This record gives sequence, structure tokens and C-alpha cells, in this order.
Amino acid sequence: MQHYSGFGLLKHSFSHHENWQRVWRNPTPKKKYDVIIVGGGGHGLATAYYLAKEFGVTNVAVIEKGFLGGGNTARNTTIVRSNYLWDEAAHLYEHAMKLWEGLSQDLNYNVMFSQRGCLNLGHTLQDMRDIERRVNANRLNGIDGEVLDAKQVQEIVPVLDCSDRARYPVMGASWQPRAGVARHDAVAWGFARGADAHGVDLIQQTEVEDLIIEDGTVVGVRTARYGEIRADKVGCVVAGNSSVLAKMGGFELPLESHPLQALVSEPIKPILDTVVMSNQVHGYASQSDKGDLVIGAGIDGYNGYGQRGSYSTIEHTIQAIVEMFPVFSRVRMNRQWGGIVDTCPDACPIISETPVKNLYFNCGWGTGGFKATPGSGHVFAASLAKGEMHPLAKPFSMFRFHNGALVDEHGAAGVAH
Amino acid sequence: MFHIYCPHCCEYREEEEFHAAGQSHIARPLDPDACTDKEWGEFMYFRANPRGIHHELWVHAAGCRKYFNITRDTQTYEIKEVYKVGEKPTVVANAIQSK
Repeated sequence: MQHYSGFGLLKHSFSHHENWQRVWRNPTPKKKYDVIIVGGGGHGLATAYYLAKEFGVTNVAVIEKGFLGGGNTARNTTIVRSNYLWDEAAHLYEHAMKLWEGLSQDLNYNVMFSQRGCLNLGHTLQDMRDIERRVNANRLNGIDGEVLDAKQVQEIVPVLDCSDRARYPVMGASWQPRAGVARHDAVAWGFARGADAHGVDLIQQTEVEDLIIEDGTVVGVRTARYGEIRADKVGCVVAGNSSVLAKMGGFELPLESHPLQALVSEPIKPILDTVVMSNQVHGYASQSDKGDLVIGAGIDGYNGYGQRGSYSTIEHTIQAIVEMFPVFSRVRMNRQWGGIVDTCPDACPIISETPVKNLYFNCGWGTGGFKATPGSGHVFAASLAKGEMHPLAKPFSMFRFHNGALVDEHGAAGVAH
Repeated sequence: MFHIYCPHCCEYREEEEFHAAGQSHIARPLDPDACTDKEWGEFMYFRANPRGIHHELWVHAAGCRKYFNITRDTQTYEIKEVYKVGEKPTVVANAIQSK
């Protein structure tokens, strides 16, 4: 792998940047691998990267039906935070946060991770009680967090309407200074480049049509383009299509796939240097380095695989944004899109063994998977390499829906992705 | 945006008047105490999530406030059929596949 550096940039400028090495190969798959990862999004690529780099499993293929990072990795609103309420979830997301903090160096690829902080606003007494409880829980888990009053919130975000005139006046917020945003595409590309450099085969434009199961054990996948590809273990990291793949394995997952929409505005001058979220008025916004406001809110209520949702949903989102930021009322929206999110009944992911031997699923991240990308990949890779679930992944077994040990994160997940 | 026919009001109305309430035709176990943890967990949390034909319950929340069923394609979002609670769907997944 060609090392990226300032010196390299200078060197290549002499040849008009025409001789850069390809970022990854485009190989034809082998007949057999140690591990096949189905799904070449952020989580799948991170899994492959850590498998090869940390756990020495390099005979790995990532099979992707479209192009790398073209699903929810390309569609999310790039927010990274770890202020979750329950120990199990907080530890998992904080594990990811710690990996984020060194990710650009680790990958030798600038993922533009910017720890600009995240505010979760409270508009009612109950909001403030919940915020206090969550911040206290975070601090006991070693995660940074503060409870702010309306005046302190106003100091951080001068354009936020913190007046009494608002329909739902801001009473305060939780503040996680280490939270922030990252460049979503760069995360996928960085992991892909790193995985490829360690010998992982990235197979694009190849849809998995079926899982090959013999005597209750998965032994490979069947693809339209390359026929059968065998493997000792198969890890499925396919977000919205998880239920479809589970059906190929002959079992069901407690997931529902919903459209989740987001939108960006025209680029404007720097005005918002942090992430502001509100569960109560139901919307959130940040500003990208390009200058566009990145806006999101809740899912569409119905199931859908169409990567698009209803107009009324984004109308409500914009109403919430204008409620919080009256100054944005005349900003025009440039683009709007949808992705398919696999929501779990307890708003926590499934990182799990399955009824089929050697078949593992990493799914159910719902509306907030991006922030966990490196952590999710790391614990899933550890689980695949050792054949035993990583301690941080254990509470997220799919079988928790049978024994009742749910991790209810609706409060911390809410609208806040 | 869906344009949904409410079988109670006998009119097409805009989606915003309605609320999706999840999968239809889920029967509560007749004897919950006799359920195993697996059976009860599946009743509580496991829902059909097909890419294709899906039977779902909707409520006309800002209208007559009554529930009814919709058969819808989750890929194309096309509404195939609307029918009342207690009725059986005429459009089902296998029939469409065999066409």
C-alpha cells in the first residue's frame, strides 16, 4: 500500500498526480475463503480490516452487491457520539469512540473526524431529568458529559432559539464535547484501502443470492456473478436487507426495515460549529465542512425497502429545524434522500451467533450505526476470528429477544442518530 | 406520499391522516402462561419483514380512528389491496410470485 503523506503529495505533484496507485484491487474471487463478509458498507469493511490487521485472518472476502460504502454509509448524517444510557450500549459505543480518536492515523487515511461536540436539547422537566440521569450514567462509565442550562447552550450555539418565545423553550441540554462528525465516505474508503492492503478481496457488483447450508452449518454463499464461493465462516453485515438474508438462512430476526430520510441545504457560511439534536421537537442538524446544513429526523412509520420515504416526514423534520433555528427559515434545501434502516425493538444492535452454525449477523443498528462503525467492526472481527462472541458483543445476542434481557436505548437513540 | 383508501370512510385520503401500526394478522397466544420463552419472545418481538408483499395494519388516526389492513409491496410501495380487520387478503406473496 502506498503511504499517504504531505511529502507524497508534493512528490506526485511533479507527475501531475497521474501516477497514484489504485486505492484497492478489483480481484476475481477465489473458490474458498476463511471468512466471507456479506456487505461492503462501513461496518463490513471495518470487520474485514480488523480481521486482517488485528486478528491475522487475511483469507477474507467482502462481497458487495453494489459499490463499496454505497448504502447507508453514503446516506447517513455522519454523527459520532457515545452518550448512551445503559452500561452495555455505552461500553460498545465508547469502544468505537476510542477507535475513532486514532482512526485517521491507524488507517493512514483522513476520515476528517472532527470532535466538535454534540448537544441533546431538553425542552421539558422530564427531558431534563432524563438528561441528568443519562449524563450521570455516562460519567460513571468514564464517558464525558455535562448538563448545561439554557444560558450555557446559548453561548455554544448563538443561532439557536433559546428564548421563552419558542413553542417548546430550550431548558438545557446534555453536552458531550468528544462527540462530533466524520467524513462518511472516507470511513468506507479508508477501511477498504486498509483491508485490501492486508490481502482482503473486495468483490463488488456481486449479489449474494443464497447461503449454502449443509447439516445446519453454513459453508459458503451463492452469487449470480461468480457462482458458489465457499467459506468456513460467513458474517452478514447488510443493514436494511438483514431480514432477507436471515430468511436464506431459514430463521427470522426481530427487525423491521424502515425508510430513514435526510437532507442537506445549499452551502452557507460557517454558522453552526457543533451538532444540535432535539428529541422533543424531533430534528437535528450540523454543518458540513462544505457549508451545507446536514439535517435528519425520524423514520417513516411503515416498512420499506425502497430507499425513499414520504414527503410529509421531511416536512415535519424541516418544521422542527425552523422551530429550533428560525434563522434557517429561508435556507433552501439542495438534496434529500432515503436509506433503509433495520430497526430493533430495543433500539440496540444485534451482534450475534445464529441458529445456523458458523453464520454470524451484525445488524439492527437502526438509525444510528455510523457512529459505531470502527467499534462494531472490531468486536465483530474478534468474534469471527475466535469463534466466540467478544465480551462487548455478548449482550447484543439475537437470543435476548427470547430471554428478555433487552437493552432499551430508545431514550438515547430517539431521534438522535 | 401514499393516497390511502379507508374502507370505513369509503374515501381516499392523504397518508398524513393515517398511522402505520405494524404487521397484521398476529394472533395472541391462546394460553400465554403455557408459552415457552421462545414462543412468547417471538409473539412480542419477531415481525415479518419481507422485501415484497407485506400485510400491515393501519389506523385512520386523524379520521374515523378505525383500524384496517393494507397489502403493500415494500419494494415498490404500491398498495395492492385494502381490507377490513377480520377479512382475509386476496393478494398474497406466493400468488404474485407464481404469476
